[in-house]
Amino acid sequence: MTTTTAAGPARTRRATGKATGAILGRQPLGLVFVAPYVLYIVLVLAYPLGFAVYMSFHDYFFTAPGVEVPKPFVGMDNFVAILTDPAVARSFLNTLIFLVINVPLTVVLSLVLANALNRVTRLKAFFRVSYYIPYITASVATVAIWLFLFQGSGLINQLLGPLAPNPSWLINESLAMPVIAIYVTWKQLGFFILLYLAALQNIPNELYESASVDGANKRQQFMNITVPGVRSATLLVMVLSTITGANMFTEPYLLTGGGGPNGASASPVYLMYKKGIEQGHPGLAAALGVVLVIGVLAVSLIQRKLVGGEED
Amino acid sequence: MKRNSLKIAAISGALIFAASMAACSSNSPPAGGNAGTTGPIEIWYSNNKAEVTWGKAMVAEWNAAHADQQITAQEIPAGKSSEEVINAAITAGTTPCLIFNTAPVAVPQFQKAGGLVALDTFKDGAAYIQARTGALADQYKSSDGKFYQLPWKSNPVVLFYNKDIFKKAGVDPSQLATQADLLTAARKIKQSGAAQFAMWPSPGSEFYQSWFDFYPFYAAASNGTPLVKDGKSTFNSDAGKQTAEFWKTMYAEGLASKEVYQGDSFADGKAAIAVSGPWAIDYYGDKVNWGTVPVPGLTASDKSYTFSDAKNIGLFSACKNQQTAWDVLKFATSPDQDGKFLKTTGQMPMRSTAVTDYADFFTSKPAYKAFSDQATRTVEVPNVNNAVEVWQTFRDAYSKTVVSGQGTVADMLKTTADKIDQLVAAK
Repeated sequence: MTTTTAAGPARTRRATGKATGAILGRQPLGLVFVAPYVLYIVLVLAYPLGFAVYMSFHDYFFTAPGVEVPKPFVGMDNFVAILTDPAVARSFLNTLIFLVINVPLTVVLSLVLANALNRVTRLKAFFRVSYYIPYITASVATVAIWLFLFQGSGLINQLLGPLAPNPSWLINESLAMPVIAIYVTWKQLGFFILLYLAALQNIPNELYESASVDGANKRQQFMNITVPGVRSATLLVMVLSTITGANMFTEPYLLTGGGGPNGASASPVYLMYKKGIEQGHPGLAAALGVVLVIGVLAVSLIQRKLVGGEED
Repeated sequence: MKRNSLKIAAISGALIFAASMAACSSNSPPAGGNAGTTGPIEIWYSNNKAEVTWGKAMVAEWNAAHADQQITAQEIPAGKSSEEVINAAITAGTTPCLIFNTAPVAVPQFQKAGGLVALDTFKDGAAYIQARTGALADQYKSSDGKFYQLPWKSNPVVLFYNKDIFKKAGVDPSQLATQADLLTAARKIKQSGAAQFAMWPSPGSEFYQSWFDFYPFYAAASNGTPLVKDGKSTFNSDAGKQTAEFWKTMYAEGLASKEVYQGDSFADGKAAIAVSGPWAIDYYGDKVNWGTVPVPGLTASDKSYTFSDAKNIGLFSACKNQQTAWDVLKFATSPDQDGKFLKTTGQMPMRSTAVTDYADFFTSKPAYKAFSDQATRTVEVPNVNNAVEVWQTFRDAYSKTVVSGQGTVADMLKTTADKIDQLVAAK
């Protein structure tokens, strides 16, 4: 009995200390250091996302301060309206077409080019800058170049002559989205090459030397050392290019005259802009945004499962 | 690693939930002022060079005579569109007192957001608008019968044609009295190779593009009928069908381009005909050897209608000194200022007596005379609920059937009319 009484407070103190430790961690001061970033995340990411979730369940309308307009709770109505809208379905199909073309192309081209750039000994800086220029150039300017190339009377059709597609690229329902996917691949390539170049620096040269001694040729070295060696970078490239594709706005806005032809290049984000900003239905736009976020998360998780990426 | 991921997911979820709850409980103080208050005000005007010149002169004139009610003016801040910027400003409560470039199509949305003041609030509000603009002012009344915009200026669109291309193709511009005439002329132009296309209106999917292809031609064909009248769509009619068929033929025969042109196809000599307002007189100037004819209807008429392409003035509810704002609004649309505006910008003040009031100007610049006459017969975008969505619905269907040639015009007009009727009836 006595023993129990004496051990009680000590055990309680230990338990309390454990609980405090579990919440504050072994270094409570660390919380102070991460607080500014947490605050940033809350204000810039969590609050807008939370507000979007709130709007998606309401018949929301932006009003002047102090003006009372009913914004009733509508349950899943906005989601039903969005998921049964053929234009929205088409925009998700467009995104899927985009991703199917853009993501593999981005991964393959950026890895191959990064590998080549890593081996180049002369004009290394020139090549790196050349690939990076489209990435940092304003979309408005690069879109103008692609219009020059892909319009009916553009350079590509002139080169193709009778083989040019009819209707032409950007007004062809089957070709508009692939052209956009290739354009975005080209524009973003410089950034992803840099990611792979950084990853390539982490592969020890000894591995290549050993493989060479064992008789592995360049292709075998690439497939068995380089590709597995940059696996975490590949996952990052896939996730980032998926997010970029899902957030596509400028291309349908500028390249295909507002998501044309007949919505064949409209993206979910472009529809969000039209519904939320132009047409005054932020609730519908928010519901579309929530569906898009869930979709991107799902695709990213699948990519993670397929590629793996965690360091062992 | 998995436990950390779960922790991060749990914390993220909690943050998003907390943010959702915070969003529910947000509250803001009321803003704005009341009619009857005077003092300094802020105004925004368009970034069009000529309008800025007029705006600065108008403000200087007012400020010189009203030391205690000074105007601070600036161009509308840059954005994807003026409407987007104004919407954001309404939500933030940062609109100026007056905006001299309010698009009529956006007024129902601004009104619903509580961003606009009904001008009828002022003792002489409605009377002033009706006296200045006449019967055309009724098109700008909202569904509650009030004026939330002052009809300011119009840019009635007509056909600009390239005289050199017409001469090369052997087309007589005086023979463009009907849509059938225009089709014949377009075929001649295309066959002659005088221009790449007869016409090149933007085939883009933006909601407003129909104002520069289908709508002016429909206005002319229907003797001035708006897209929606008395809450019902009007275009599923003979005039609507024939106009849509006219454009469908233009696209099907390659007389109009299905691609968006980067630049001005008329100024670049790629198209023989453009649909433009009087602002284009100065713009094309000597760049093109041009002439104008009214937009043709189904039959020849010397009193044809067209689309107004008007921009109006809104008085916004965030304004503290609303009486001053109203007084400035009347000053800026007085006969004297309207005259100065016309001379500086070439755009038509929506004043029913403009033709006689500024007869000297029209005599000295005859190119503008046709526009002043046309300005008395214009059709506005209907002031209805969900106006932007109505136009987007129309444009989407039009793009599919008329531009791309999928389906029949009759089916398209019927289906679209039903959808638009529902949108107009909805809140």
